[in-house]
Amino acid sequence: MGLYWTLFKTFFKIGVVTFGGGYAMIPMIEEEVVHKNQWINKDRFVDLLAIAQSCPGAFAVNISIFIGYALRKSKGGVIAALGCALPSFIIILLIAMFFHQFEDNRIVAAIFRGIRPAVVALIAVPTFELAKSAKINLTNCWIPIGGGLLIWLLGVNPIYIIIAAGIGGFIYGKFIKPTE
Amino acid sequence: MIYIQLFITFLEIGIFGFGGGYAMVSLIQSQVVTHHHWMTMGEFTDVIAISQMTPGPVGINSATYCGYTVVHNAGYNGIMAILGSATATFALILPSLILMIFISKMFMKYIHTATVQYIFMGLRPAIVGLLGAAALLLMNAENFSSPKINPWQFYISIFLFLATFIGTKILKINPIRMMFYCALAGLLLLY
Repeated sequence: MGLYWTLFKTFFKIGVVTFGGGYAMIPMIEEEVVHKNQWINKDRFVDLLAIAQSCPGAFAVNISIFIGYALRKSKGGVIAALGCALPSFIIILLIAMFFHQFEDNRIVAAIFRGIRPAVVALIAVPTFELAKSAKINLTNCWIPIGGGLLIWLLGVNPIYIIIAAGIGGFIYGKFIKPTE
Repeated sequence: MIYIQLFITFLEIGIFGFGGGYAMVSLIQSQVVTHHHWMTMGEFTDVIAISQMTPGPVGINSATYCGYTVVHNAGYNGIMAILGSATATFALILPSLILMIFISKMFMKYIHTATVQYIFMGLRPAIVGLLGAAALLLMNAENFSSPKINPWQFYISIFLFLATFIGTKILKINPIRMMFYCALAGLLLLY
């Protein structure tokens, strides 16, 4: 019982204090999981980051499930995931209830007219940063440009782009690269 | 019926959400706005704004918000809408749970193999495209107005967009602080 509670509490705390999601929370998670509770060592933590990044889904939730599972199998995974997702769930639920009562309020509307262009910029900026970390160059820039245009102009479902990109990468690595 | 639709939609988003929150923005936008018309592009932008101002992963935040809004817009309230939130959030987490639990051991062995690396050689650049498309789709009249409808709001919006872009990318201003500046500008200039 004690460990389940600590697991839940730790990931609940991580869920509460991390803003912006994803990679901003890595140092915080490392502090809690590696140094404070010593659930896994530093080397395994680095492996874990690679796995959590490679699997689909929310990054922090993936990490929580992995650590919960490593400690107490499936039940630990579920408890840790619950702890991680619950703060977001409660906060957003309260905001959603509030927002639907005030969405026609003139002051709220004016505030969001100012915020909306900012949000668009906040989605545009990481596109360029992601391009850098994904090592986009002249030979592979057609992938993001082509995929982006298909979604933007032709309304193609991004899921198909993801599937095609995965298969494409596999075929390239397995059959085309060895012949180059 | 609406719950089943919510469940399937967010299950799909959970399965294909490679690359964390950023890829998910594109997937949620495509499913929730373009495909199901559960909310407008403007409403979706507000969801991202709220997700970024509150703690937690963007994916979880938008699933919770969408779940509530969809049931609310369908004419139900209170506990029914909360159930919608829970359905969407649970559906989003479920694939992670199954994948991490059943494959974590196996995946540990395969993560460094050539095959997995090849797949990601294709996936990583594609996710850049996904995010770019999400940004382009958000640049519409609902979020920026237009020179014909309301030139004042349009030019202010363009200015706020550029200010946030330069502010966060080059001057490294905290995004949340930047959003508060823009909220203030909206209140003063766009009331």
